[in-house]
Amino acid sequence: MTEIERHNYDVVVIGAGGAGLRAAIEAREQGKRTAIICKSLFGKAHTVMAEGGIAAAMGNVNSGDNWQVHFRDTMRGGKFLNNWRMAELHAKEAPERVWELETYGALFDRTKDGRISQRNFGGHEYPRLAHVGDRTGLELIRTLQQKIVSLQQEDYKATGDYEANIKVFQELTITELVKAGDRIAGAFGYWRESGRFVVFETPAVVLATGGIGKSFKVTSNSWEYTGDGHALALRAGAALINMEFIQFHPTGMVWPPSVKGILVTESVRGDGGVLRNSEGKRFMFEYIPDVFKEKYATTEEEGDRWYTDPDNNRRPPELLPRDEVARSINSEVKAGRGTPHGGVFLDVSTRLPAEEIKRRLPSMHHQFKELADVDITAEPMEVGPTCHYVMGGIEVDPDTGQSAVPGLFAAGECSGGMHGSNRLGGNSLSDLLVFGRRAGLGAAGYVDSLTGPRPLVTEAQVSQASKDALAPFEGSGENPYTIHTELQQVMNDLVGIIRTGEEMKLALKKLDELRQRANHIAVEGHRQFNPGWHLAIDLRNMLWISECVARAALERTESRGGHTRDDFPGMDAGWRSTLLVCTTSDEGIDVRRQDQIPLRADLLDLFEKDELGKYFVSEELSAHRAEGTA
Amino acid sequence: MGYKASFKVWRGDDKDGGLHDFLVEVNEGEVVLDIIHRLQATQAPDLAVRWNCKAGKCGSCSAEINGRPRLLCMTRMSTFTEDETITVTPMRTFPVIKDLVTDVSFNYQKAREIPSFAPPPGVQPGDYRMQQVDVERSQEFRKCIECFLCQNTCHVVRDHEENKQNFAGPRFLMRVAELEMHPLDAEDRVSAAQEAHGLGMCNITKCCTEVCPEHIKITDNALIPLKERVADRKYDPLFAVASLFRRKR
Ligand SMILES: Cc1cc2nc3c(=O)[nH]c(=O)nc-3n(C[C@H](O)[C@H](O)[C@H](O)COP(=O)(O)OP(=O)(O)OC[C@H]3O[C@@H](n4cnc5c(N)ncnc54)[C@H](O)[C@@H]3O)c2cc1C
Ligand code: SF4
Ligand code: SF4
Ligand code: FES
Repeated sequence: MTEIERHNYDVVVIGAGGAGLRAAIEAREQGKRTAIICKSLFGKAHTVMAEGGIAAAMGNVNSGDNWQVHFRDTMRGGKFLNNWRMAELHAKEAPERVWELETYGALFDRTKDGRISQRNFGGHEYPRLAHVGDRTGLELIRTLQQKIVSLQQEDYKATGDYEANIKVFQELTITELVKAGDRIAGAFGYWRESGRFVVFETPAVVLATGGIGKSFKVTSNSWEYTGDGHALALRAGAALINMEFIQFHPTGMVWPPSVKGILVTESVRGDGGVLRNSEGKRFMFEYIPDVFKEKYATTEEEGDRWYTDPDNNRRPPELLPRDEVARSINSEVKAGRGTPHGGVFLDVSTRLPAEEIKRRLPSMHHQFKELADVDITAEPMEVGPTCHYVMGGIEVDPDTGQSAVPGLFAAGECSGGMHGSNRLGGNSLSDLLVFGRRAGLGAAGYVDSLTGPRPLVTEAQVSQASKDALAPFEGSGENPYTIHTELQQVMNDLVGIIRTGEEMKLALKKLDELRQRANHIAVEGHRQFNPGWHLAIDLRNMLWISECVARAALERTESRGGHTRDDFPGMDAGWRSTLLVCTTSDEGIDVRRQDQIPLRADLLDLFEKDELGKYFVSEELSAHRAEGTA
Repeated sequence: MGYKASFKVWRGDDKDGGLHDFLVEVNEGEVVLDIIHRLQATQAPDLAVRWNCKAGKCGSCSAEINGRPRLLCMTRMSTFTEDETITVTPMRTFPVIKDLVTDVSFNYQKAREIPSFAPPPGVQPGDYRMQQVDVERSQEFRKCIECFLCQNTCHVVRDHEENKQNFAGPRFLMRVAELEMHPLDAEDRVSAAQEAHGLGMCNITKCCTEVCPEHIKITDNALIPLKERVADRKYDPLFAVASLFRRKR
């Protein structure tokens, strides 16, 4: 056998999206030799696609905003299932993380007095999203990328080597984490270009691999979203929480078929766009749930006034949290009031002048014109729900990002807890920065705390990982594309936006069959840049993770946020304090229940007791200030 | 509705390769990338292509379609007639790795050679103040998705390997302009543009602008103004002194 390429680092970050890059910057600034690994080219990670903005309570547009309001909105959006410590850290630290980007060279849109401008978004009480038109993710990733380049330039000045302390390994896929005893010793992967294997020896790995959407047929997610980090962590012994909660974004493109699922940013609604059914009716007024009754306009007139006078009017229901809007659209289409291609109309053309639309929503204008022949300044768009984001992920310590496995950290979309049962728009980009930085710090701190020799990766582990990776070349069964397509159909039809127990049992049976078939996958060609082989490897992760989603969803007998059960349509306060946790054992995937840590009293007091009463069982509220004095 | 299209797709590696013929189904609304994916799923499972967003946002899927540098995901099949043969080849300026995938590391090297944003001394995070009109110029350049189509097209390096050493290419000359026009950047970048990054080799043919999928006016708004700043300085011997006192716009 030929010699396998080996590298040695203090910290290895898997993922070059917002979370991974921010973690790597932090680890390097803490003096750690850091590697960044990604499946695509540097600068192409999923974060680049984020459109609307990054949520941070800077109060630049409405000075009433502060971290407490942001915290409240986040908890409400997540239906109080959120890890409150994460929601607290996030709300407090997001402004600093955004301002820091300006020191790296970011150029956000400005207010009249020269500050960072902020826009409205669903579920956020005040204009809160810092943005650059509708290409905020591009700005974020390019800024972090350029910051990494600037650190490399510093190292070059000092050592003559750009890559002395921080190096990007692009187009390299990690297939396995390696442990020594109970802790992390390294990671194993292959260069996509050559198919050659690589071993990283490192005591600390930060997973920042993003989401899982490629297991669903209609999705806004790219090929990278195969749940690799989720699956790597699971197999390494970490736990996944909240896997039943998947966000279906209400507005994906529905036509033409080849672009079905591609995102239409929520800013369209934040900037005035309205939803109408085929009868021309603004149907969202019919769907305001009780828990939100006080916060949303009940007439079109009031909703329209809110855009110019938000202090004296309530916001229009188009800006309800995403889960509510997605379900409403689904109901309208089911009731036969959909558009010709099975969506609803989203119209901004009658709401804003054409020039204004082009200025505020340039990439949406471009996207519809180029891909669907629709001019959004003159006609409505057709939109429908699309699988967008996974709230569930690796369970971590909020402050340090460490998982249950010593040396294994996680941040960003692949981690779980922060968003509870439903994420608010704009809260992901801020999550990436806040917890990316914390995971980088956590990993650096962990490395500092180690005594004695570093854990080693053994030859036996390397040859096992090589064998597993090459297995698809030995197979004699079907091609991976066929199985992938079937998996996407199963998840879409049976574990999608509206779920029932019977359908999910059927899904589990089908997933089991697909897994058997996947064991015999056959790929053609050789190891050099072979997408068939790459998919065969990713498919294993998708199957693991899809099973976690289906099992957890079957177990949770209520509807909440990104989990809607037709057979259990109500939200059940008894379930609020219970998390579902997925782990693996010899028998396969286990799902168990775990109690939430009770909300800290001072945070509980940020809400009125009446509101909490809609979500909590009464015993949980005994610590509330309204109780204390009585 | 659906029809069968004739495709010629370049397949091979750094050693050899050539055009392969395919007859493949096309449905309404599809883009060239959909057809490449269909080839992978049905006829050529190991056909190599880069892509991510499929919406013109990430700049991964650059290639040449009938000889024109384009994004595969933003080229609609409806722009061709049904009996037209569509030829897809990798970008020509960069070495081929496999099939439609090229080695674009040249661009990452050039990115490193441009000195980074220099924060204004003494301004704390949170205290940055800039007007919208002043950030807009640089914002236009920051729309760049790094598809490298302009780098691929510019005749200074297309078919001129020998120039690659001394020429940053339109994308990275534009990066210099972006920083130069950043309202708060503390560094002077004009002379380096000319000397270190090869601005002088650009003869403003605008071919880069023509292929930019983001419709950035690379030549008019970045390269020409940068050249003007270079010229100003050359003909003004007092400039060197004056610039010590000049505050950046
Ligand atoms: C179209 C769209 C619009 C959005 N708009 C917004 C918005 O306006 N505001 C907001 O807050 N959120 C938005 N989101 C959500 C947000 O963009 C994502 O949740 C976020 O970018 C995820 O970032 P991340 O750093 O966790 O992962 P990503 O940016 O997805 O990066 C994952 C990285 O991990 C790497 N990776 C994965 N697996 C492996 C492996 N096995 N080996 C090596 N590397 C691996 C990938 O190559 C990639 O570099 C949007 C999402 C989409 C799809
Ligand atoms: S304008 Fe300059 S950079 Fe652009 S293609 Fe022509 S020579 Fe190259
Ligand atoms: S300037 Fe335009 S063509 Fe050049 S890399 Fe950027 S987006 Fe592509
Ligand atoms: S796939 Fe992202 S630009 Fe084409």
